[in-house]
Amino acid sequence: MTASIQIQKTPELQYLLRLGDTCLILGQRLGEWCGHAPVLEEDIALTNMALDLIGQARALLTRAGQLQSPAFDEDQLAFLRDERDYLNPTLVELPNGAGRPGDFALTVLRNLMVATLLKLLWQKLAESSDSELAAIAGKAIKEARYHQQHAADWVVRLGDGTDESHRRSQAALDALWRYTPELFEADAVDEAAAASGLGPRWADVREAWMAEVGDVLAEAGLKPPADSVFRSTGKTGVHTEHMGYILAEMQHLQRAYPGGAW
Amino acid sequence: MSDTAESGATRAERAWDVLATVLDPEVPALSLRDLGIVRDVVDDGAGLEVVLTPTYSGCPATEVISQSVIDALTHAGLGPVRITMQRAPAWTTDWISDDGRRKLREYGIAPPGPVEPGQGVPIRLVGRLSATPVPCPRCGSTNTERLSAFGATACKSLYRCVACREPFEHFKPI
Repeated sequence: MTASIQIQKTPELQYLLRLGDTCLILGQRLGEWCGHAPVLEEDIALTNMALDLIGQARALLTRAGQLQSPAFDEDQLAFLRDERDYLNPTLVELPNGAGRPGDFALTVLRNLMVATLLKLLWQKLAESSDSELAAIAGKAIKEARYHQQHAADWVVRLGDGTDESHRRSQAALDALWRYTPELFEADAVDEAAAASGLGPRWADVREAWMAEVGDVLAEAGLKPPADSVFRSTGKTGVHTEHMGYILAEMQHLQRAYPGGAW
Repeated sequence: MSDTAESGATRAERAWDVLATVLDPEVPALSLRDLGIVRDVVDDGAGLEVVLTPTYSGCPATEVISQSVIDALTHAGLGPVRITMQRAPAWTTDWISDDGRRKLREYGIAPPGPVEPGQGVPIRLVGRLSATPVPCPRCGSTNTERLSAFGATACKSLYRCVACREPFEHFKPI
């Protein structure tokens, strides 16, 4: 088995990994729907979005790896880090719902939450002091808009649909909502990024996120549960038990056959 | 720039002509030039540098396209060739040529409309009926409906013409 790489967790690297790992892990989750979605069109849509996210992750991890000394490439960062070195918010690592492939209502609701977050971040990252990051954002924002629009259509269709689809959508919202405050927690990584012009504090987009997600939920007839004191901690590398299973699936081939390529 | 004696065209100019014959692997009605993804061709004396831009972040055709550019230019005796990918400014469907739009229509794919500034912000809950009608590439009717926002490739969505009952693909404005 190939040994894990050791990264130097500078604030700049952590900021890029939070973005890159958000795209990477949600891309992996959406990929689980391949061949299992409720209708063919959605199978294609979910895997198309997974492909966009993995493309964005590749660009972000490539950039992150260039900032390390010695440098790492995208594959080393994607496949050879230990769990604590993945910095995605917990929200994206949660399973798609009970069982496999999971719950479609939860999947589209999470897609709405994450696409809205990423769209708002990309808008600001397009002005990043890092020209490569700005270029990645300029491309990705166009994709995130389609993801957000598509997820919003489904959240409304299901939330405002049958009694059963409404019930399951509300249950999904109740389950996911407690993981959203983590997205906007302020810390030193974000402060450093804001100070250097690398990118916004995620907290800077909280108000816009609440407004856009809130509009869709209202249209869908869904109501967020009361705020909880619970705080998830994926962005600091402390994950749920689900993360290990994702990494086992993602990393197995590269660990068993080091440097294997298509 | 090294002029070639036979045609009088520079190596870069000849490369542009060759690139007009290299087809997009996912939408083979279009050449790479029709698609607007060739940003520049630079002759640095030692070889050609072809600057390409990706259409979508995760487009799986990117590597195939790079290889077909190298193959076509090498085959035309214009090598050695190296590819540079450039993201900014981001590719937009507005760069698809008029000729490319005509070819798409003839191929049965509705070409993209103009990209609206700030599209999708705020979110428009339009459902299946598009805010800007997409005309059927076969009969021209604007009485069409969207079946799915995502098609066989990331760049297309699926539509149906209510007038002539034919399904068709639409190249999404991005």
